Amino acid sequence: MTVHNLYIFDRNGSCLHYGEWNRKKQAGISKEEVRQEAQLIQLKDGFLTFQTSKYKLHYYETATGIKIIMNTDLGVPNAKDILHQIYSTLYVEYIVKNPLCVLGEQLSSDLFSTRLDLYIRALPFFSPRAA
Amino acid sequence: CETQSRLTNDLLHNSELFTLTYGALVTQLCKDYENDEEVNKQLDKMGYNIGVRLIEDFLARSSIGRCQDFRETADVISKVAFKMYLGITPSVTNWSPAGDELSLILESNPLVDFVELPDNHSSLVYSNLLCGVLRGALEMVQMAVDVKFAQDTLRGDNVTEIRMKFIKRIEENLPAGDE
Repeated sequence: MTVHNLYIFDRNGSCLHYGEWNRKKQAGISKEEVRQEAQLIQLKDGFLTFQTSKYKLHYYETATGIKIIMNTDLGVPNAKDILHQIYSTLYVEYIVKNPLCVLGEQLSSDLFSTRLDLYIRALPFFSPRAA
Repeated sequence: CETQSRLTNDLLHNSELFTLTYGALVTQLCKDYENDEEVNKQLDKMGYNIGVRLIEDFLARSSIGRCQDFRETADVISKVAFKMYLGITPSVTNWSPAGDELSLILESNPLVDFVELPDNHSSLVYSNLLCGVLRGALEMVQMAVDVKFAQDTLRGDNVTEIRMKFIKRIEENLPAGDE
């Protein structure tokens, strides 16, 4: 079980951060597959998740328009709490509360990147190699 | 119990520091700008910059989702947000018939503990920072509002009243899609 990658977008759709852990470089996920096989599982409280035969996408959106998207393999359960934790303990603590970080621009805080990386690697379902 | 009274003690000390810091800020602004109207504007601007960030902290800590309407927003502001950040719960009253304007009545205001306005600052809106904070925070959740003090105990009124008016919903400006 593993995390492939993670995106953070702001309310205008600008990509604030992108992190990659175990992305399969070979072509395994095509757009056609996504359209044919995506099954919407739930949409509630700003959280949505769907899966295809190849990966699972977890989406969390706050009332302020901050969107966190995490792609994992299929073994990962509901990640709503994780995404909310990423928002509250990482984004809010290290970016929003840092007056030197300009909101709306690509995040340049090393502290944030490092902490996010540590957090992902410490997740119970994370393993350095894909299942 | 001992832990509880120690926590209350810490809270009290923090609130005094906060009040004194705010007072120092306003005093400095008065020295810098020498004009009450200008100071009011600066306080509003600072409040706005605080508000656009404070909303994220609020959402992270309160886990409150999107409000359904302006009434729910007013409730959340008075019962959760004010309580969380200032330890007070203003009452929500004086709704306009259209439901787009309301008053927040503050029984007490931690910002003005120990404060008396001198005569030469009669048009200073001492707590104007709060108006900016509300405006900035609500803008980040797609609401354009106009916020101002209608009454102020510092200026001799019986109560402190913040008047908040809903102007319009701000549309999210996402970039055009590929389709």
